[in-house]
Amino acid sequence: MRTYLLKRLLLMVPTLLGVATIVFLLLRVLPGDVVLLRLAGEGGRVADEVLRAERARLGLDHALWRQYLDWIVGLGRGDLGLSMWTGRPVVTEIRIRLNLSLELTLLATLLAVAVAIPLGTLAALRRSTWLDYLLRVFTLSGLSLPSFWLGVLIILLLLRLFRWSPPLMFTSFWQDPVANLSQLVWPALVVGFRSAALSARMMRSALLDVLGDDYIRTARAKGLSERAVVRRHAVRNALLPVITVVGLESAVILGGLVVTEQVFNLNGLGKLLLEAVTRRDYTLTQALVMLSASAFVVMNLLVDLCYAWLDPRIRYR
Amino acid sequence: MWRLVRAYPLGAFGAVVLAAMLAAAVCAPWLAPYDPLETNYSVVVRPPSAAHLLGTDQFGRDVLSRIIFGARTALFVGLVSSFVTATLGALVGVATAYVGGKVDLIAQRVIDVLLSFPLIILAIAVVAALGVGTLQVIAAIIVPMLPRATRVVRASALAIRQMPYIEAAHSTGVGALRVIGRHVLPNVTASYIVMLTAFLAEVIVLEASLSFLGLGVVEPTPAWGLMLRDFAGQYAEAAPWLPLAPGMAISLAVFAFNLLGDAVRDALDPRLRE
Repeated sequence: MRTYLLKRLLLMVPTLLGVATIVFLLLRVLPGDVVLLRLAGEGGRVADEVLRAERARLGLDHALWRQYLDWIVGLGRGDLGLSMWTGRPVVTEIRIRLNLSLELTLLATLLAVAVAIPLGTLAALRRSTWLDYLLRVFTLSGLSLPSFWLGVLIILLLLRLFRWSPPLMFTSFWQDPVANLSQLVWPALVVGFRSAALSARMMRSALLDVLGDDYIRTARAKGLSERAVVRRHAVRNALLPVITVVGLESAVILGGLVVTEQVFNLNGLGKLLLEAVTRRDYTLTQALVMLSASAFVVMNLLVDLCYAWLDPRIRYR
Repeated sequence: MWRLVRAYPLGAFGAVVLAAMLAAAVCAPWLAPYDPLETNYSVVVRPPSAAHLLGTDQFGRDVLSRIIFGARTALFVGLVSSFVTATLGALVGVATAYVGGKVDLIAQRVIDVLLSFPLIILAIAVVAALGVGTLQVIAAIIVPMLPRATRVVRASALAIRQMPYIEAAHSTGVGALRVIGRHVLPNVTASYIVMLTAFLAEVIVLEASLSFLGLGVVEPTPAWGLMLRDFAGQYAEAAPWLPLAPGMAISLAVFAFNLLGDAVRDALDPRLRE
């Protein structure tokens, strides 16, 4: 187990190094540069010397290989540098927004799990009844309503019913939990709906699969109540693939947050990423992409480890 | 034909919606009551009426006509990018699985790296590099989807590679290209078609998301995501009926494609049939 973990952790290094290299090259290929955008953004004219001096200050006049080396070495030492747009440390820029996005992700995942597991279980147990068809409609609409459209619908509805519109300022949970939750619950619903649909579908098919297995017949044959059979034997074993879906969905959520945060006017990591790319803020974009790639890679590993923990038959070498 | 409809009623419904969309896209100039680009400043942001069944937008353009022409954009981008993605993915997937060894190992690591990028980041990067516009959006969709397509086909190609008939073909002295063409490709066709239909729904959402973010199709091209962006941003309070039409169009299209994709998967992959 320990060697497996070590091997997986070591394998992460080349993957993340690859991500670091690709994002570095990708950004340098994009037209436009941060200095020009920042100093002459509104179409103003800036003297060449000023632009040159600013580029030199940011290290953009160095040869490509030197910029790359700086980036990789900095990454290795945990030094992500300063944002090229605001001049503040990248870590600070990210930390300000991280709480919001993390909370949103957590809330969305909790909502998804809370809805998906009971719903998927019920649908599998009451297969081919109206409940099952209801779930089918639910999952298909979850997959068919794009997050921005669902978000717009919810905003329109809230506006009509309660004259409520997304506030301009974000209230943190520790300041005012009620205000915070009433602000985040709607985007969380939007984000969570899709994962709820996917997980409920997975739960249903996994449970149907498990219910046909021999050990379920054994459990029934030895006189266990149906409740115990379902709870202790079936659901537990059906949870495995559901965990994969939930885990991987929450890992790619940063990408999904870009759109939702835009709709609900939330100043989180998704919005930050969009801003950073449009401003050609190399350092900040690189750091954000690394963050989301690491989240994805780590989540993958956690899902695999979860498997081994839940299913002792699985042994990793 | 009837047997298929009876066996997969939901899939048939999806196919009908898809056919209707195709018809609307092809016959758009005759179906649409107005020119989708024609502005008319005497009727700016009007609610639905007899003259404009879905109202007019901020430039006085007829929303219904723009929705009908929007089907063209959605289907064009959707069909082209899912076809290219699935086909390129299939070729790369089969090739790396067949060659195996170091080539496959390196290809898999590269795909690992690309998969750890959030889809939307790659799409944004492509748009930033190529600019906005319909063809650029197609590229922006293909690039991030390609690694996933490759994975799907590689998995089934790997399974086929282990089959005795491949070994038999080899031992009778058949060349690699011929084995791929005659034995491997026909056997991954099922997963190719399943993937193609599954991608259609996803691609339409992705195109609409990019257009919604202002990174996709640009004005004055009629596109649903773009219309939703304009209407939801500025007119949510003054004209709440406006965002409904493009939003419904997107969800209906995606819903239909999902139904069709599910039916195709059930029909072609007997293991999933219940």
